[in-house]
Amino acid sequence: MTSLVIAEHDNTSLKEATGKTVGAATQLGAPVHVLVAGQNCRSVAEAAAKIAGVEKVLLADDALYAKMVAEPMEALILGLAPAYDAILAAATTNGKNYMPRVAAKLDVPQISEILAVESPDTFRRPIYAGNAIQTVQAPPGKKVITVRTTAFKAPEGAGSAPVETIAAAADPGVSSFVGEELSKSERPELTSAKIIISGGRGMQSGDNFHLLEKIADKLHAGVGASRAAVDAGFVPNDYQVGQTGKVVAPELYIAVGISGAIQHLAGMKDSKVIAAINKDEEAPIFQVADYGLVADLFKAVPEMEQELSKLGY
Amino acid sequence: MKVLVPVKRVIDYNVKVRVKADQSGVDLANVKMSMNPFDEIAVEEAIRLKEKGKATEIVAVSIGPQAAQETIRTALAMGADRGILVKAEGDVEPLAVAKILKAICDAEQPGLVILGKQAIDDDSNQTGQMLAALLGWPQGTFAHKLELADGKALVEREIDGGLQTVEIKTPAIVTTDLRLNEPRYASLPNIMKAKKKPIDEKTPADYGVDTTPRLKVLKVSEPAKRQSGVKVKTVAELVDKLKNEAGVI
Repeated sequence: MTSLVIAEHDNTSLKEATGKTVGAATQLGAPVHVLVAGQNCRSVAEAAAKIAGVEKVLLADDALYAKMVAEPMEALILGLAPAYDAILAAATTNGKNYMPRVAAKLDVPQISEILAVESPDTFRRPIYAGNAIQTVQAPPGKKVITVRTTAFKAPEGAGSAPVETIAAAADPGVSSFVGEELSKSERPELTSAKIIISGGRGMQSGDNFHLLEKIADKLHAGVGASRAAVDAGFVPNDYQVGQTGKVVAPELYIAVGISGAIQHLAGMKDSKVIAAINKDEEAPIFQVADYGLVADLFKAVPEMEQELSKLGY
Repeated sequence: MKVLVPVKRVIDYNVKVRVKADQSGVDLANVKMSMNPFDEIAVEEAIRLKEKGKATEIVAVSIGPQAAQETIRTALAMGADRGILVKAEGDVEPLAVAKILKAICDAEQPGLVILGKQAIDDDSNQTGQMLAALLGWPQGTFAHKLELADGKALVEREIDGGLQTVEIKTPAIVTTDLRLNEPRYASLPNIMKAKKKPIDEKTPADYGVDTTPRLKVLKVSEPAKRQSGVKVKTVAELVDKLKNEAGVI
Protein backbone atom coordinates (compact mmCIF):
# COMPACT_ATOMS: atom_id res chain seq x y z
CA MET A 1 0.00 0.00 0.00
CA THR A 2 1.02 3.59 0.40
CA SER A 3 2.44 6.09 2.90
CA LEU A 4 0.84 9.47 3.54
CA VAL A 5 2.93 12.47 4.55
CA ILE A 6 1.12 15.46 6.06
CA ALA A 7 2.72 18.64 4.70
CA GLU A 8 4.08 21.36 6.97
CA HIS A 9 3.44 24.81 5.52
CA ASP A 10 2.04 28.27 6.26
CA ASN A 11 -0.41 28.43 3.31
CA THR A 12 2.11 30.32 1.19
CA SER A 13 5.30 28.29 1.39
CA LEU A 14 6.06 24.62 1.83
CA LYS A 15 8.44 24.07 4.74
CA GLU A 16 11.68 22.15 4.29
CA ALA A 17 10.44 19.78 6.99
CA THR A 18 7.99 18.32 4.45
CA GLY A 19 10.71 17.23 2.01
CA LYS A 20 12.66 15.69 4.87
CA THR A 21 9.57 13.82 6.08
CA VAL A 22 9.11 12.51 2.54
CA GLY A 23 12.77 11.44 2.75
CA ALA A 24 11.93 9.38 5.84
CA ALA A 25 8.72 8.03 4.25
CA THR A 26 10.49 6.76 1.12
CA GLN A 27 12.64 4.58 3.39
CA LEU A 28 9.49 2.61 4.26
CA GLY A 29 9.61 1.33 0.69
CA ALA A 30 6.04 2.18 -0.32
CA PRO A 31 4.78 4.92 -2.69
CA VAL A 32 4.38 8.30 -0.99
CA HIS A 33 1.40 10.64 -1.15
CA VAL A 34 1.42 14.11 0.43
CA LEU A 35 -1.59 15.78 2.03
CA VAL A 36 -1.59 19.57 1.91
CA ALA A 37 -4.31 20.81 4.26
CA GLY A 38 -4.72 24.57 4.48
CA GLN A 39 -6.48 27.57 3.04
CA ASN A 40 -5.69 29.16 -0.32
CA CYS A 41 -2.66 26.93 -0.48
CA ARG A 42 -2.65 25.58 -4.05
CA SER A 43 0.88 26.94 -4.54
CA VAL A 44 2.00 24.83 -1.58
CA ALA A 45 0.46 21.72 -3.17
CA GLU A 46 2.26 22.52 -6.42
CA ALA A 47 5.55 22.84 -4.54
CA ALA A 48 4.90 19.48 -2.82
CA ALA A 49 4.25 17.89 -6.23
CA LYS A 50 7.81 18.76 -7.20
CA ILE A 51 9.41 16.75 -4.37
CA ALA A 52 11.15 13.74 -5.92
CA GLY A 53 9.50 10.44 -5.06
CA VAL A 54 6.03 11.84 -4.39
CA GLU A 55 3.40 9.96 -6.37
CA LYS A 56 0.36 12.13 -5.68
CA VAL A 57 -0.55 15.27 -3.76
CA LEU A 58 -3.93 15.59 -2.05
CA LEU A 59 -5.10 19.16 -1.55
CA ALA A 60 -7.73 19.94 1.09
CA ASP A 61 -8.28 23.66 0.72
CA ASP A 62 -10.69 24.96 3.34
CA ALA A 63 -10.83 27.64 6.05
CA LEU A 64 -11.05 24.77 8.58
CA TYR A 65 -7.41 23.90 7.94
CA ALA A 66 -5.96 27.41 7.72
CA LYS A 67 -4.17 27.05 11.05
CA MET A 68 -4.08 23.25 11.27
CA VAL A 69 -6.24 23.19 14.40
CA ALA A 70 -5.98 19.66 15.81
CA GLU A 71 -9.61 18.51 15.83
CA PRO A 72 -10.44 19.25 12.16
CA MET A 73 -7.02 17.86 11.13
CA GLU A 74 -7.80 14.63 12.98
CA ALA A 75 -11.13 14.29 11.17
CA LEU A 76 -9.56 14.93 7.77
CA ILE A 77 -6.67 12.48 8.23
CA LEU A 78 -8.91 9.75 9.69
CA GLY A 79 -11.09 9.97 6.60
CA LEU A 80 -8.06 9.24 4.43
CA ALA A 81 -6.44 6.68 6.74
CA PRO A 82 -8.12 3.50 5.37
CA ALA A 83 -6.11 3.85 2.13
CA TYR A 84 -2.73 4.10 3.85
CA ASP A 85 -0.32 1.81 5.69
CA ALA A 86 1.68 4.57 7.28
CA ILE A 87 0.95 8.19 8.13
CA LEU A 88 3.89 10.48 8.80
CA ALA A 89 4.30 14.11 9.84
CA ALA A 90 7.21 16.25 10.88
CA ALA A 91 7.60 16.48 14.67
CA THR A 92 6.76 20.20 14.63
CA THR A 93 4.29 21.74 17.05
CA ASN A 94 1.65 21.03 14.38
CA GLY A 95 2.52 17.37 13.86
CA LYS A 96 2.87 16.79 17.60
CA ASN A 97 -0.55 18.34 18.09
CA TYR A 98 -2.75 16.34 15.69
CA MET A 99 -0.88 13.06 15.09
CA PRO A 100 -1.47 11.37 18.48
CA ARG A 101 -5.21 12.01 18.00
CA VAL A 102 -5.06 10.10 14.74
CA ALA A 103 -3.09 7.23 16.32
CA ALA A 104 -5.52 6.94 19.25
CA LYS A 105 -8.53 6.78 16.93
CA LEU A 106 -6.81 4.13 14.80
CA ASP A 107 -5.97 2.27 18.04
CA VAL A 108 -2.26 2.09 17.20
CA PRO A 109 0.76 3.34 19.13
CA GLN A 110 2.44 6.45 17.75
CA ILE A 111 6.18 6.31 17.13
CA SER A 112 7.42 9.77 18.09
CA GLU A 113 10.34 11.70 16.61
CA ILE A 114 12.09 8.96 14.69
CA LEU A 115 15.80 9.52 13.97
CA ALA A 116 16.30 6.60 11.60
CA VAL A 117 14.39 3.91 9.72
CA GLU A 118 16.17 0.60 10.34
CA SER A 119 13.61 -1.39 8.39
CA PRO A 120 9.99 -0.68 7.38
CA ASP A 121 8.78 -1.63 10.88
CA THR A 122 11.81 -0.75 13.02
CA PHE A 123 12.86 2.73 14.02
CA ARG A 124 15.30 4.57 16.24
CA ARG A 125 14.06 7.39 18.44
CA PRO A 126 15.52 9.48 21.26
CA ILE A 127 14.41 9.08 24.88
CA TYR A 128 15.58 10.95 28.00
CA ALA A 129 16.24 14.10 25.98
CA GLY A 130 18.49 12.25 23.59
CA ASN A 131 20.64 10.75 26.34
CA ALA A 132 19.56 7.30 25.19
CA ILE A 133 18.38 5.98 21.85
CA GLN A 134 15.59 3.42 21.69
CA THR A 135 15.20 0.96 18.81
CA VAL A 136 11.53 -0.01 18.53
CA GLN A 137 9.63 -2.43 16.34
CA ALA A 138 6.05 -1.55 15.46
CA PRO A 139 3.33 -4.23 15.44
CA PRO A 140 1.67 -5.20 12.14
CA GLY A 141 -0.98 -2.72 11.10
CA LYS A 142 -1.03 0.99 10.41
CA LYS A 143 1.89 3.09 11.53
CA VAL A 144 1.60 6.64 12.81
CA ILE A 145 4.99 8.30 12.91
CA THR A 146 6.41 11.73 13.66
CA VAL A 147 9.80 12.52 12.21
CA ARG A 148 12.67 14.50 13.68
CA THR A 149 13.46 16.26 10.43
CA THR A 150 17.03 17.24 11.32
CA ALA A 151 17.86 13.52 11.05
CA PHE A 152 16.65 13.11 7.45
CA LYS A 153 17.39 14.56 4.02
CA ALA A 154 14.83 15.51 1.41
CA PRO A 155 14.98 13.28 -1.71
CA GLU A 156 17.29 14.64 -4.40
CA GLY A 157 16.02 15.63 -7.81
CA ALA A 158 12.61 16.85 -8.83
CA GLY A 159 9.22 15.24 -9.31
CA SER A 160 6.00 16.15 -11.05
CA ALA A 161 3.16 14.51 -9.17
CA PRO A 162 -0.51 15.22 -9.97
CA VAL A 163 -2.47 17.37 -7.50
CA GLU A 164 -5.89 16.01 -6.60
CA THR A 165 -8.36 18.21 -4.77
CA ILE A 166 -10.24 16.50 -1.96
CA ALA A 167 -13.23 17.63 0.06
CA ALA A 168 -12.98 18.92 3.61
CA ALA A 169 -14.17 16.63 6.40
CA ALA A 170 -17.02 17.72 8.67
CA ASP A 171 -16.04 20.28 11.32
CA PRO A 172 -16.06 18.63 14.76
CA GLY A 173 -17.19 22.07 15.97
CA VAL A 174 -15.40 22.05 19.31
CA SER A 175 -12.42 24.30 18.65
CA SER A 176 -11.46 27.41 16.75
CA PHE A 177 -8.42 29.53 16.02
CA VAL A 178 -8.49 32.90 17.77
CA GLY A 179 -5.19 34.56 16.97
CA GLU A 180 -1.46 34.31 16.91
CA GLU A 181 1.63 36.34 17.66
CA LEU A 182 4.42 35.21 15.42
CA SER A 183 7.96 36.44 15.89
CA LYS A 184 8.71 38.74 13.02
CA SER A 185 12.19 38.19 11.79
CA GLU A 186 14.05 38.67 8.56
CA ARG A 187 16.41 35.95 9.68
CA PRO A 188 16.16 32.29 8.76
CA GLU A 189 14.04 30.05 10.94
CA LEU A 190 16.04 28.08 13.48
CA THR A 191 15.00 24.67 12.22
CA SER A 192 16.20 25.40 8.67
CA ALA A 193 19.08 27.87 9.26
CA LYS A 194 22.52 26.83 8.02
CA ILE A 195 24.18 28.85 10.79
CA ILE A 196 22.79 29.62 14.25
CA ILE A 197 24.21 31.91 16.90
CA SER A 198 22.67 31.42 20.34
CA GLY A 199 22.98 33.31 23.59
CA GLY A 200 22.62 32.09 27.15
CA ARG A 201 22.35 33.51 30.62
CA GLY A 202 25.79 35.06 30.08
CA MET A 203 24.18 37.62 27.74
CA GLN A 204 22.84 39.33 30.89
CA SER A 205 19.97 41.14 29.11
CA GLY A 206 17.73 41.05 26.07
CA ASP A 207 19.36 44.22 24.74
CA ASN A 208 22.70 42.48 24.57
CA PHE A 209 21.27 40.05 22.01
CA HIS A 210 21.90 42.87 19.51
CA LEU A 211 25.55 41.83 19.68
CA LEU A 212 24.57 38.40 18.35
CA GLU A 213 22.18 39.87 15.79
CA LYS A 214 25.03 41.85 14.22
CA ILE A 215 26.96 38.62 13.67
CA ALA A 216 23.79 36.89 12.48
CA ASP A 217 23.24 39.61 9.88
CA LYS A 218 26.73 39.09 8.50
CA LEU A 219 26.46 35.30 8.34
CA HIS A 220 22.73 35.09 7.42
CA ALA A 221 22.33 33.13 10.62
CA GLY A 222 19.35 32.41 12.82
CA VAL A 223 19.39 33.63 16.42
CA GLY A 224 18.62 31.19 19.23
CA ALA A 225 18.84 31.06 23.00
CA SER A 226 19.19 28.66 25.89
CA ARG A 227 16.31 27.95 28.25
CA ALA A 228 18.06 30.06 30.91
CA ALA A 229 18.01 33.09 28.62
CA VAL A 230 14.34 32.55 27.76
CA ASP A 231 13.33 31.98 31.39
CA ALA A 232 15.17 35.18 32.34
CA GLY A 233 12.97 37.00 29.82
CA PHE A 234 15.81 38.10 27.52
CA VAL A 235 14.09 36.75 24.39
CA PRO A 236 10.74 35.11 23.46
CA ASN A 237 10.20 31.38 23.99
CA ASP A 238 10.36 30.49 20.29
CA TYR A 239 14.10 31.30 20.41
CA GLN A 240 14.69 28.34 22.69
CA VAL A 241 16.97 25.58 21.50
CA GLY A 242 16.93 22.44 23.61
CA GLN A 243 15.04 19.40 24.77
CA THR A 244 11.87 21.38 25.41
CA GLY A 245 12.43 23.93 22.66
CA LYS A 246 13.63 23.43 19.11
CA VAL A 247 15.99 20.69 18.01
CA VAL A 248 18.43 22.05 15.44
CA ALA A 249 21.28 20.63 13.39
CA PRO A 250 22.87 23.48 11.39
CA GLU A 251 26.25 23.46 9.64
CA LEU A 252 27.56 25.80 12.32
CA TYR A 253 26.23 26.45 15.82
CA ILE A 254 27.85 29.27 17.77
CA ALA A 255 27.05 29.12 21.51
CA VAL A 256 27.72 32.40 23.30
CA GLY A 257 27.54 32.63 27.08
CA ILE A 258 25.84 29.23 27.24
CA SER A 259 27.12 26.84 29.90
CA GLY A 260 25.83 23.73 28.13
CA ALA A 261 23.15 22.16 30.34
CA ILE A 262 22.06 18.67 29.20
CA GLN A 263 18.71 20.15 28.22
CA HIS A 264 20.41 22.58 25.81
CA LEU A 265 22.88 20.04 24.41
CA ALA A 266 19.95 17.75 23.56
CA GLY A 267 18.75 20.41 21.12
CA MET A 268 21.99 21.18 19.26
CA LYS A 269 24.55 18.41 19.63
CA ASP A 270 23.89 17.10 16.13
CA SER A 271 25.15 20.34 14.58
CA LYS A 272 27.99 19.73 12.12
CA VAL A 273 30.39 22.20 13.74
CA ILE A 274 29.97 23.75 17.20
CA ALA A 275 31.86 26.85 18.34
CA ALA A 276 31.58 28.09 21.92
CA ILE A 277 32.51 31.35 23.58
CA ASN A 278 32.36 31.31 27.37
CA LYS A 279 34.41 32.92 30.09
CA ASP A 280 34.23 29.80 32.29
CA GLU A 281 36.74 27.31 30.95
CA GLU A 282 35.04 24.51 32.91
CA ALA A 283 31.71 25.06 31.15
CA PRO A 284 30.30 21.74 29.82
CA ILE A 285 29.67 23.34 26.42
CA PHE A 286 33.40 23.00 25.72
CA GLN A 287 33.09 19.20 25.93
CA VAL A 288 31.00 19.18 22.76
CA ALA A 289 32.49 22.20 20.99
CA ASP A 290 34.81 21.72 18.02
CA TYR A 291 36.25 25.17 18.68
CA GLY A 292 36.23 26.70 22.14
CA LEU A 293 37.24 30.22 23.07
CA VAL A 294 37.57 31.09 26.74
CA ALA A 295 36.82 34.80 26.73
CA ASP A 296 34.51 37.54 27.94
CA LEU A 297 31.73 37.54 25.36
CA PHE A 298 31.28 41.31 25.63
CA LYS A 299 34.79 41.70 24.21
CA ALA A 300 34.89 38.64 21.97
CA VAL A 301 31.59 39.12 20.12
CA PRO A 302 32.26 42.71 18.95
CA GLU A 303 35.76 41.59 17.99
CA MET A 304 34.29 38.72 16.00
CA GLU A 305 32.10 41.20 14.16
CA GLN A 306 35.19 43.24 13.25
CA GLU A 307 37.09 40.15 12.11
CA LEU A 308 34.19 39.15 9.89
CA SER A 309 34.05 42.68 8.45
CA LYS A 310 37.75 42.51 7.65
CA LEU A 311 37.09 39.31 5.71
CA GLY A 312 34.37 41.04 3.74
CA TYR A 313 31.26 39.56 5.41
CA MET B 1 -15.86 22.00 38.09
CA LYS B 2 -13.71 19.01 38.82
CA VAL B 3 -10.16 18.98 37.42
CA LEU B 4 -8.26 15.77 36.80
CA VAL B 5 -4.45 15.90 36.80
CA PRO B 6 -2.50 12.81 35.74
CA VAL B 7 1.03 12.70 37.21
CA LYS B 8 3.91 10.42 36.25
CA ARG B 9 6.81 9.16 38.33
CA VAL B 10 10.02 9.55 36.33
CA ILE B 11 13.77 9.72 36.86
CA ASP B 12 14.51 13.10 38.43
CA TYR B 13 15.45 15.64 35.78
CA ASN B 14 18.80 16.32 37.49
CA VAL B 15 19.95 12.70 37.24
CA LYS B 16 22.37 11.75 34.49
CA VAL B 17 20.74 8.79 32.80
CA ARG B 18 22.82 5.65 32.25
CA VAL B 19 22.10 3.02 29.64
CA LYS B 20 22.39 -0.57 30.95
CA ALA B 21 25.31 -2.58 29.61
CA ASP B 22 22.99 -5.23 28.16
CA GLN B 23 21.09 -2.48 26.24
CA SER B 24 17.78 -3.58 27.76
CA GLY B 25 16.95 -0.10 29.02
CA VAL B 26 18.22 2.62 31.33
CA ASP B 27 19.38 1.93 34.85
CA LEU B 28 16.60 2.72 37.34
CA ALA B 29 18.23 1.07 40.37
CA ASN B 30 18.89 3.47 43.26
CA VAL B 31 18.09 6.47 41.08
CA LYS B 32 16.19 9.45 42.48
CA MET B 33 12.64 9.53 41.13
CA SER B 34 10.37 12.60 41.04
CA MET B 35 7.19 13.90 39.53
CA ASN B 36 7.56 14.66 35.81
CA PRO B 37 8.31 18.44 35.75
CA PHE B 38 5.57 19.21 33.20
CA ASP B 39 3.08 17.43 35.49
CA GLU B 40 4.09 19.67 38.40
CA ILE B 41 3.12 22.61 36.21
CA ALA B 42 -0.21 20.87 35.55
CA VAL B 43 -0.87 20.39 39.29
CA GLU B 44 0.03 24.03 39.94
CA GLU B 45 -2.34 25.26 37.23
CA ALA B 46 -5.18 23.19 38.68
CA ILE B 47 -4.52 24.60 42.15
CA ARG B 48 -4.54 28.15 40.78
CA LEU B 49 -7.91 27.46 39.15
CA LYS B 50 -9.22 26.27 42.50
CA GLU B 51 -7.83 29.33 44.26
CA LYS B 52 -9.63 31.53 41.71
CA GLY B 53 -12.86 29.66 42.42
CA LYS B 54 -13.00 28.09 38.95
CA ALA B 55 -12.26 24.55 40.10
CA THR B 56 -13.99 22.78 42.96
CA GLU B 57 -11.99 19.59 43.32
CA ILE B 58 -8.61 18.36 42.05
CA VAL B 59 -8.06 14.64 41.53
CA ALA B 60 -4.47 13.48 40.96
CA VAL B 61 -4.07 10.21 39.06
CA SER B 62 -0.93 8.16 38.59
CA ILE B 63 -0.45 4.95 36.64
CA GLY B 64 2.63 3.03 37.70
CA PRO B 65 4.16 0.92 40.45
CA GLN B 66 3.14 1.14 44.12
CA ALA B 67 5.88 3.76 44.56
CA ALA B 68 3.94 6.12 42.27
CA GLN B 69 1.87 6.73 45.39
CA GLU B 70 4.65 9.10 46.46
CA THR B 71 4.10 11.11 43.30
CA ILE B 72 0.39 11.37 44.12
CA ARG B 73 1.30 12.42 47.70
CA THR B 74 3.45 15.20 46.22
CA ALA B 75 0.44 16.44 44.25
CA LEU B 76 -1.74 16.20 47.36
CA ALA B 77 0.85 18.16 49.35
CA MET B 78 0.83 20.87 46.71
CA GLY B 79 -2.95 21.14 47.01
CA ALA B 80 -4.77 18.37 45.15
CA ASP B 81 -7.73 16.94 47.07
CA ARG B 82 -7.55 13.20 46.49
CA GLY B 83 -5.71 10.60 44.45
CA ILE B 84 -6.22 7.54 42.31
CA LEU B 85 -3.34 5.10 41.90
CA VAL B 86 -3.66 2.63 39.05
CA LYS B 87 -1.08 -0.01 39.81
CA ALA B 88 0.85 -1.28 36.80
CA GLU B 89 4.36 -2.69 36.56
CA GLY B 90 6.72 -2.02 33.67
CA ASP B 91 6.35 0.48 30.86
CA VAL B 92 2.80 1.52 30.13
CA GLU B 93 2.56 3.10 26.68
CA PRO B 94 0.78 6.43 26.14
CA LEU B 95 -2.18 4.78 24.36
CA ALA B 96 -2.82 2.44 27.30
CA VAL B 97 -2.47 5.36 29.74
CA ALA B 98 -4.95 7.35 27.64
CA LYS B 99 -7.43 4.43 27.71
CA ILE B 100 -7.22 4.15 31.50
CA LEU B 101 -7.62 7.91 31.86
CA LYS B 102 -10.63 7.83 29.54
CA ALA B 103 -12.30 5.27 31.78
CA ILE B 104 -11.52 7.43 34.82
CA CYS B 105 -12.97 10.49 33.04
CA ASP B 106 -16.13 8.54 32.22
CA ALA B 107 -16.52 7.78 35.94
CA GLU B 108 -15.37 11.11 37.38
CA GLN B 109 -16.80 13.50 34.75
CA PRO B 110 -14.16 16.24 35.11
CA GLY B 111 -14.64 19.55 33.29
CA LEU B 112 -10.95 19.77 32.52
CA VAL B 113 -7.98 17.42 32.42
CA ILE B 114 -4.58 19.11 32.69
CA LEU B 115 -1.52 17.02 31.75
CA GLY B 116 2.16 17.66 31.18
CA LYS B 117 2.89 17.98 27.47
CA GLN B 118 5.38 15.13 27.68
CA ALA B 119 7.12 12.92 30.21
CA ILE B 120 10.86 13.44 30.37
CA ASP B 121 11.57 9.71 30.26
CA ASP B 122 10.00 8.44 27.03
CA ASP B 123 9.57 11.95 25.52
CA SER B 124 6.49 10.72 23.63
CA ASN B 125 4.29 13.83 23.83
CA GLN B 126 1.14 11.80 23.10
CA THR B 127 -1.00 11.05 26.14
CA GLY B 128 -3.02 14.29 26.36
CA GLN B 129 -3.81 14.34 22.66
CA MET B 130 -4.74 10.62 22.68
CA LEU B 131 -7.01 11.08 25.67
CA ALA B 132 -8.68 14.03 23.95
CA ALA B 133 -9.31 11.95 20.82
CA LEU B 134 -10.67 8.96 22.77
CA LEU B 135 -13.06 11.23 24.67
CA GLY B 136 -13.92 13.25 21.56
CA TRP B 137 -12.89 16.39 23.43
CA PRO B 138 -10.92 19.35 22.08
CA GLN B 139 -7.39 20.07 23.24
CA GLY B 140 -5.17 23.02 24.00
CA THR B 141 -1.66 21.61 23.90
CA PHE B 142 1.65 23.23 24.94
CA ALA B 143 -0.25 25.81 27.01
CA HIS B 144 1.45 29.08 27.86
CA LYS B 145 -1.66 30.70 29.32
CA LEU B 146 -5.07 29.32 30.25
CA GLU B 147 -8.29 31.25 30.78
CA LEU B 148 -11.63 29.68 31.55
CA ALA B 149 -14.98 31.22 30.66
CA ASP B 150 -18.51 29.83 30.48
CA GLY B 151 -18.34 26.47 28.74
CA LYS B 152 -15.07 27.25 27.04
CA ALA B 153 -11.36 27.76 27.54
CA LEU B 154 -8.95 30.11 25.83
CA VAL B 155 -5.54 28.51 25.53
CA GLU B 156 -2.48 30.43 24.40
CA ARG B 157 -0.08 27.84 22.99
CA GLU B 158 3.65 27.78 22.39
CA ILE B 159 4.14 26.97 18.71
CA ASP B 160 7.23 26.89 16.49
CA GLY B 161 6.85 30.43 15.20
CA GLY B 162 5.60 32.10 18.39
CA LEU B 163 2.26 31.91 20.21
CA GLN B 164 -1.18 30.83 19.03
CA THR B 165 -4.51 31.16 20.83
CA VAL B 166 -7.33 28.66 20.37
CA GLU B 167 -10.79 28.62 21.87
CA ILE B 168 -12.02 25.19 22.90
CA LYS B 169 -15.31 24.02 24.34
CA THR B 170 -15.19 22.36 27.73
CA PRO B 171 -14.89 19.63 28.83
CA ALA B 172 -11.41 19.76 27.35
CA ILE B 173 -7.82 18.63 27.61
CA VAL B 174 -4.97 21.05 28.31
CA THR B 175 -1.30 20.08 28.18
CA THR B 176 1.28 22.29 29.85
CA ASP B 177 4.39 23.90 28.47
CA LEU B 178 7.25 25.20 30.60
CA ARG B 179 6.15 28.77 30.99
CA LEU B 180 2.53 28.27 32.02
CA ASN B 181 3.44 28.86 35.66
CA GLU B 182 6.04 28.28 38.32
CA PRO B 183 5.04 25.34 40.54
CA ARG B 184 4.99 25.95 44.29
CA TYR B 185 6.87 23.98 46.89
CA ALA B 186 4.72 22.08 49.34
CA SER B 187 4.90 23.49 52.88
CA LEU B 188 5.59 21.14 55.78
CA PRO B 189 2.06 21.48 57.25
CA ASN B 190 0.63 20.69 53.82
CA ILE B 191 2.90 17.65 53.48
CA MET B 192 1.54 16.44 56.83
CA LYS B 193 -2.05 17.14 55.79
CA ALA B 194 -1.51 15.29 52.51
CA LYS B 195 -0.87 12.08 54.42
CA LYS B 196 -4.51 12.08 55.48
CA LYS B 197 -5.94 12.73 52.04
CA PRO B 198 -7.50 9.63 50.42
CA ILE B 199 -5.87 7.64 47.61
CA ASP B 200 -7.96 4.99 45.83
CA GLU B 201 -6.04 1.98 44.54
CA LYS B 202 -7.07 0.42 41.26
CA THR B 203 -5.66 -1.80 38.54
CA PRO B 204 -5.83 -1.46 34.75
CA ALA B 205 -8.13 -4.50 34.74
CA ASP B 206 -10.67 -2.49 36.79
CA TYR B 207 -10.95 -0.28 33.72
CA GLY B 208 -10.78 -3.14 31.23
CA VAL B 209 -7.47 -1.97 29.77
CA ASP B 210 -4.65 -4.27 28.67
CA THR B 211 -1.33 -2.53 29.29
CA THR B 212 0.87 -4.98 27.37
CA PRO B 213 3.19 -2.78 25.26
CA ARG B 214 2.45 -2.79 21.54
CA LEU B 215 5.83 -1.45 20.51
CA LYS B 216 8.66 -3.90 21.01
CA VAL B 217 11.81 -2.26 22.37
CA LEU B 218 14.66 -4.12 20.67
CA LYS B 219 17.39 -2.20 22.42
CA VAL B 220 18.35 0.99 24.18
CA SER B 221 21.77 2.37 23.32
CA GLU B 222 24.03 5.31 24.09
CA PRO B 223 23.87 8.18 21.61
CA ALA B 224 26.94 8.78 19.45
CA LYS B 225 29.48 10.73 21.47
CA ARG B 226 30.83 14.01 20.20
CA GLN B 227 34.56 14.40 20.31
CA SER B 228 35.55 17.54 22.14
CA GLY B 229 37.62 19.74 19.89
CA VAL B 230 40.31 22.33 20.39
CA LYS B 231 40.56 25.54 22.36
CA VAL B 232 41.50 28.59 20.34
CA LYS B 233 43.32 31.56 21.88
CA THR B 234 41.88 34.51 20.00
CA VAL B 235 38.79 35.59 18.13
CA ALA B 236 40.87 35.94 14.96
CA GLU B 237 41.97 32.32 15.28
CA LEU B 238 38.36 31.21 15.82
CA VAL B 239 37.13 33.01 12.71
CA ASP B 240 40.08 31.66 10.71
CA LYS B 241 39.35 28.06 11.79
CA LEU B 242 35.64 28.39 10.99
CA LYS B 243 36.45 29.77 7.55
CA ASN B 244 39.52 27.82 6.47
CA GLU B 245 39.54 24.60 8.49
CA ALA B 246 35.84 23.81 8.96
CA GLY B 247 34.66 25.73 5.91
CA VAL B 248 31.33 26.61 7.50
CA ILE B 249 31.31 30.39 7.02
